[in-house]
Amino acid sequence: MRLVVDLNRCQGYAQCAFLAPDVFAMHGEEALLYDPQADDSRRDEIARAVAACPVQAIFAEGLDGTDGTPAPAQEATREQ
Amino acid sequence: MTQDILRQIIDYSHRADPYPLYEELRKTPVYQRGDGPFVLSSYYDIRSLLHDPRISSDARNLKDTASSPLGADAQEESALPPSFLRLDPPEHDRLRRMTNRSFGPPHCPTRVNDMHGDLVEIVSGLIDGIGDPEHIDLVDQFSYPFPVTVICRLLGVPREDEARFHSWADTIAAGLDPDPDAPDPAERLKRTHSARTELGMYLAGLVEERRKNPGNDMLSELATAPGPDGTMTTMELLSTAALLLIAGHETTVNLITNGMLTLLRNPEILGRLREDPKLSVDIVEELLRFEPPVQLVPQRTTLADIEVRGITIPKGASVWLVLAAGNRDPERFDHPDRFDPDRGDIQHLGFGSGIHSCFGAPLARLEAQLALSELARRLENPRLLEDPPPYRQNAVLRGPRHLRIACDGIRP
Amino acid sequence: MSSDKYLDQLKREGRIVVVGASLAGLRGAETLRAEGFTGSLTMIGDEPYEPYDRPPLSKQVLLGRATADHTALPRRRAIDAEWRLGVAAAGLDMAARRVRLADGDEVEYDRLLIATGVRARPWPQEDEAELDGVFVLRTRDDAVALERALAQSPRRVLVIGAGFTGSEIASACRERGLSVTVAERGAAPLVGALGGVVGEVAAKMQREAGVDLRTGVMVTALEGDSSGHVRSARLSDGSSVETDVVIVSLGATRNTEWLLGSGLGAGPRGIACDAGCRAFDVRGIVTDDIYVAGDVARSPHALFGYQFLSLEHWGNAVAQAETAAHNMLSESVDRRPHMWVPAFWSSQFGVNIKSVGVPSMGTEILIAQGSREERRFTGVYGYQGRVIGAVTFDQTRWLPFYEQLIETTAPFPPPFPTVDRRPEGNRPLPADFPDPSVPSHGPTVTLSGYSPADRRMTFTPARH
Repeated sequence: MRLVVDLNRCQGYAQCAFLAPDVFAMHGEEALLYDPQADDSRRDEIARAVAACPVQAIFAEGLDGTDGTPAPAQEATREQ
Repeated sequence: MTQDILRQIIDYSHRADPYPLYEELRKTPVYQRGDGPFVLSSYYDIRSLLHDPRISSDARNLKDTASSPLGADAQEESALPPSFLRLDPPEHDRLRRMTNRSFGPPHCPTRVNDMHGDLVEIVSGLIDGIGDPEHIDLVDQFSYPFPVTVICRLLGVPREDEARFHSWADTIAAGLDPDPDAPDPAERLKRTHSARTELGMYLAGLVEERRKNPGNDMLSELATAPGPDGTMTTMELLSTAALLLIAGHETTVNLITNGMLTLLRNPEILGRLREDPKLSVDIVEELLRFEPPVQLVPQRTTLADIEVRGITIPKGASVWLVLAAGNRDPERFDHPDRFDPDRGDIQHLGFGSGIHSCFGAPLARLEAQLALSELARRLENPRLLEDPPPYRQNAVLRGPRHLRIACDGIRP
Repeated sequence: MSSDKYLDQLKREGRIVVVGASLAGLRGAETLRAEGFTGSLTMIGDEPYEPYDRPPLSKQVLLGRATADHTALPRRRAIDAEWRLGVAAAGLDMAARRVRLADGDEVEYDRLLIATGVRARPWPQEDEAELDGVFVLRTRDDAVALERALAQSPRRVLVIGAGFTGSEIASACRERGLSVTVAERGAAPLVGALGGVVGEVAAKMQREAGVDLRTGVMVTALEGDSSGHVRSARLSDGSSVETDVVIVSLGATRNTEWLLGSGLGAGPRGIACDAGCRAFDVRGIVTDDIYVAGDVARSPHALFGYQFLSLEHWGNAVAQAETAAHNMLSESVDRRPHMWVPAFWSSQFGVNIKSVGVPSMGTEILIAQGSREERRFTGVYGYQGRVIGAVTFDQTRWLPFYEQLIETTAPFPPPFPTVDRRPEGNRPLPADFPDPSVPSHGPTVTLSGYSPADRRMTFTPARH
């Protein structure tokens, strides 16, 4: 399962690292490391992580609900 | 002469449905009456101020706490120092970092995830023990005991002491409620103060014990395991433990109860959840937007004159951020008053944002997901016996005091 | 034919060619499809791999937490393209609207999106660059080769150049327990991008992590043994470093050579384009059918005096590709400007470094929050009395605030107190950037003059 995290958006809330610790890991207090091609068996945890991300920075291919539409332009440019 | 919307929001008679008032409030996005606080209610303003370093969480920066009837703050007088919730960096960052060492990544990356088995066992036990399916009080029988049991195990607080710390926690939580019409504010302050002191003393006893016989719990680790920042002082440790215990007590209960109430009002979604427990992930996020357990943050103050939408909020002013109003801001969310877990874009303010964003968020998420999916699966044909249900007094930590429901039976 | 009809036909049955099959090319192609393009789409890429993500190569991959072949980018949608991978574009005939490929093939287009990006600048002495054990890090193959070399427990690794990539590589090597020397021509790591005040913090981080950091020196020669394996490096201070692995991390070169003589405004600094991503030709006239996105583009930015910016930034590649693709299919009034505020991140030595705006334009810096000593701080850069950039070390949650200051051209120094202001934040310091006229591998944002074609410019690679 392919993943990419927009680390410009990421603010180190670590929700993904709590909820899918086999895929996402904090490296220090704020930096995130993740497995860009996680095992399909992690699908449910990844779905939890994607939904929980407070800045909606995680994109996972082929998750239910992520039909491949990019985030709304408004959010992409107004990310605060 | 418009009525003071803020007073109406705080007024108990509007507790069951404050959302029309929030809508009214958003028409004046920077709202202020008399010598009351500045109240922010639009999504983008709130999010922006949550990341604004000119905004302090430390009550000592308030110009004059006493002059504002809405700003009464019990913590100052208490025997316990402020917890990191009420501190700014660097103290906030240091204490939160130290607390996180025994809770989350990078030091404890799997602690929360590893609790999954415990959570399942607690939820199953509580549902098994429901008894008469015709008369269920979901709050007393489920939404309250579940997170309390969890926080007790996590912290290492004996579950059997619940009766003792429950009343302190309730009193302290009530102290957070900005109630200008409370009959005797001085008396209330005194009660809150003494509850904090008693809770502190209770926790001090536990910490003493954990220092001698450390277990696999957060209190033990906080008390004994030094990190790069050293260990907390005893007072810091007690404040932190009190914060976690109260937060674990007073918020998740509302998330779960609000959740079941919302699902019972939206039976189609409840039906879908029954078929597909994974839907609980999106349901909980949408709940955090739609019915956030912390409705507003009444504890911020300005370190400088700041301008929002052309209005100057003077230095030292009390600033309230109404998360629940921002979550329903039509500038941000389409059809904000519709409960729609399929909306895809649910970037809510339910856990706040910025450096004070909810510490226990991942645990609350897992608890609520599991609670709702299990209730949906196991309660046969559940229905509300009372709508709206009776609410707790608290306008900040808003949720039903009781949720009376009935069902045809409990599935295994 | 009215342009309306033309666009309609283009969308329905036109031919769009995307040169460059990395992040920008992929996101551009996806946006084309998302906006209703149903014609033929050709993706040309010089590497034999489908689009993959580069940032993990110097982090997860070197740390051994992911493998280089597991970095393929997730797709936002199916793009139904004809892929020409493993073959580089070799020429462009603007008049005939044709791209020539290295294998002699030609592909015709109605609209062209160029996203050829950059490549690692090689070690300038060719014979030395060819020694075994000398690496660059830009591609998947680079990462595989380097990771393999690191796995063989070299006695010492030498990193030449302490920009972001070089520093990340050094960090990963230390985490793997390898001895590392970093040679940097400037006074400190990261100075080109963040200036000396911040560079000093980066230097301390490296030294504390056990890196043998040598600043103010150049590597003058690499020396191999009889079997052609690198064994040592000579430095300008007369010293030498015994090493088994050398990583040349001297920044990047824009992939524009294939456009030489095409008439497009392309040169060593990239391809000039307008704010709508339309490429300029060498005469400075904007083209109608050629668009540019990503690292290879340089475009004017309203927030930064309409200077042409080249950004080697992940987020820029995505945003610019989306804008270019949208504009390719739009009437002129429906086109959007590319107004992305520059932003990047780096993680090294366990610290998350993030930046917005253009710090390297700054002349002064204010440590607005936190402390450099503690490695948790927010630095704000000022230029001519306004806020022009910001950097955070492990304080990313404050960054959106400073981004707003940049967007609103707020005054510098910021005239207000903040939480966590320390004595060192009482007044601004000179930001201490190296002389910008000296070519440097450091900055990830390059400011270039207004002349779109840069025909007279000559480029001399940095000698280390």
